[in-house]
Amino acid sequence: MHELGITQSIVEIALRTAAGQQAKKIHSVTLEIGSLAGVVAEALEFCYEACSKNSLLEGSRLIIEAVPAKARCRDCALDYPLTDLLACCPACDSASGDLICGEELRIKEMEID
Amino acid sequence: MCIDCGCGPADHNHHHHAESDVSRKTISVEEDILSKNNRLAAGNRVLFANQGIFTLNLVSSPGSGKTTLLEKTLVDLKSEINFAVLEGDQQTTNDADRIAATGTPAHQINTGAGCHLDAHMVGHGLEYFDLNAVQLLMIENVGNLVCPASFDLGEDFKVSLLSVTEGEDKPLKYPQMFRASEIMLINKIDLLPHVRFDVAKCREYAERVHPGIQIFEVSCYSGEGLDQWYGWLKEKVAEKARG
Repeated sequence: MHELGITQSIVEIALRTAAGQQAKKIHSVTLEIGSLAGVVAEALEFCYEACSKNSLLEGSRLIIEAVPAKARCRDCALDYPLTDLLACCPACDSASGDLICGEELRIKEMEID
Repeated sequence: MCIDCGCGPADHNHHHHAESDVSRKTISVEEDILSKNNRLAAGNRVLFANQGIFTLNLVSSPGSGKTTLLEKTLVDLKSEINFAVLEGDQQTTNDADRIAATGTPAHQINTGAGCHLDAHMVGHGLEYFDLNAVQLLMIENVGNLVCPASFDLGEDFKVSLLSVTEGEDKPLKYPQMFRASEIMLINKIDLLPHVRFDVAKCREYAERVHPGIQIFEVSCYSGEGLDQWYGWLKEKVAEKARG
């Protein structure tokens, strides 16, 4: 359950960014979360509500954009979607693929006044 | 044309835009959520490089034998390598006490409700050591095969421990951790005659999750396999000291 710590980082970054923009209100915060980032969206949402209380973030919407994982085959260079870390290359069945994306844990944007 | 929204006269059903709509704007942030931890980990890594300290982050489920492996390693190698140990647990100083009993500088970090160590805790943990006298820092993470995978501490390598009483499919069940680990130790191999654990399968699963992962088979009870582990440690410590 490290979503609490991660949410605290989200809140910290969002409030810092809002202060830098002299925002009066924060409507939403959009995250990009890779499917292999090891984070559960529901847990993040739950923690977000608790962590945003009594701050400029209270009542704002947390939007989570899922980033599907992709790998590049080391043998035939094909890019293919990774449903889990064990998926093999659909073209040559090689098990050695390098992850191209899917581990993102990033704040993409915010909607503010 | 409406100057607020650009809609043409034909579809101009005039609505007055509320002020909040006008001032509402989307700003790009593009910041890694773990950026603070990653920044602090990078700071730790620079410190380790400057001091020539080889650093390992030991991860496993609770009870795989991390502390026993450390005790055995420290006792057997303390005449050749200067160690320091950071211990991570939710509660108690039991593990740091066990390490301190071997004569090695040790500091306990209690994470309370936390399920992993982070780079900030490690940075402060280092304040308890004379770093000029340390060649190999062992960080024993909280027993957990999930969360510690995401938190860089500034180590050279993560080392996963898996004991033969746990089942050979752990690398498949917790692929993220074994993917993040350069080294895997299969521990308690003295128990192999008594348990159903397929070493070959375990190696195959680990290799599937992490092609090229380096695997040592050891027993801290019989001492089997420890020479290879010690040989690797000595080689890496010397390498790091050379810079």
